[in-house]
Amino acid sequence: MINVIEIVLSVLLVILAFIAINSQSLIKSVMLLSGISMLAVVAFVLLKAPDVAVTEAVIGSGLVTSLFVFTLLSFRKTGDIQ
Amino acid sequence: MKQVLAFIFTLIVGGLMILSLNNNALFTEYGENNPEDTYSDSYIDRDVRDNNDDVIYGESEGLESAPANIVTAIVADYRSFDTLGEITVLFISSLGVALLLGGKKKERMALNYSPNFMLRIGSRALFGIILMTGVFMAVHGHLTPGGGFPGGTMIASSLLLLYLANDEFRTKVQGFKLLESFAGIAYVAIGLAGLYISGYFLENFLPTGTIGELFSAGIIPIIYVLIGLKVGSEITGIIDNFLTEEAL
Repeated sequence: MINVIEIVLSVLLVILAFIAINSQSLIKSVMLLSGISMLAVVAFVLLKAPDVAVTEAVIGSGLVTSLFVFTLLSFRKTGDIQ
Repeated sequence: MKQVLAFIFTLIVGGLMILSLNNNALFTEYGENNPEDTYSDSYIDRDVRDNNDDVIYGESEGLESAPANIVTAIVADYRSFDTLGEITVLFISSLGVALLLGGKKKERMALNYSPNFMLRIGSRALFGIILMTGVFMAVHGHLTPGGGFPGGTMIASSLLLLYLANDEFRTKVQGFKLLESFAGIAYVAIGLAGLYISGYFLENFLPTGTIGELFSAGIIPIIYVLIGLKVGSEITGIIDNFLTEEAL
């Protein structure tokens, strides 16, 4: 059972990473990156590294994602009317 | 071409991931692990205090490394000097951001969106919960997974939430700078106290108590709380530098 979970998890990680690289919209990439972080948390727990999992959850899917989203929301595109 | 390269790269990384997650030789189930297969006997039979009994949670007293979380024993006790270096790295990066983005008169950067009612009220409700979880994680670093680094980051992300929800909001940056300096100086002071009392820098000179209790493990909880405060205030400073701009 746990073997199936592990294989599905790793395949999902690879697929999400590929879509994140190739996505045209930046906000989609950021969201997929956040999803990869969440799946990586599960992977770290399965690999019996809870400390790394906690750090990844806080930094990878919390802080970094919100900073990226904030930056994307707050920069002005060239050509925007001031 | 770029797509093909990306595909090959993801395939290689994915293969490694599947191998590592699907290989149960190194990561056996709990209780089935036989340490003699993996580590040298000299590490297993290592005996510093002439006490080779089993360590029992909640009962054993006066151990060499008292935290219940073994990762904390490495990070904040045996390799505490490395952790001091990590803190310094974070301090230098925060200093670099402040040098690049910090100015004299600073104002909040205008948000491109207007936070709606749900975001404003919900962020205030969540702020307390996230802050409490961060403080809990930093204080219980020697008992549970987590510790000063994730705890401090969680404290900083609770403040980031307030920044995102309200475009008038600013923390008292001066107070965070003072807190950061205090935590850094206190860490080095504890190390010097260990040098003075026991003869080694960052030696655990306090009594270690019973394993598994909140007030145990000597200086390790103190150090981890200081690390949490320092990391939290540093990342808050970085966030504040990102989200403010010089007044025109």
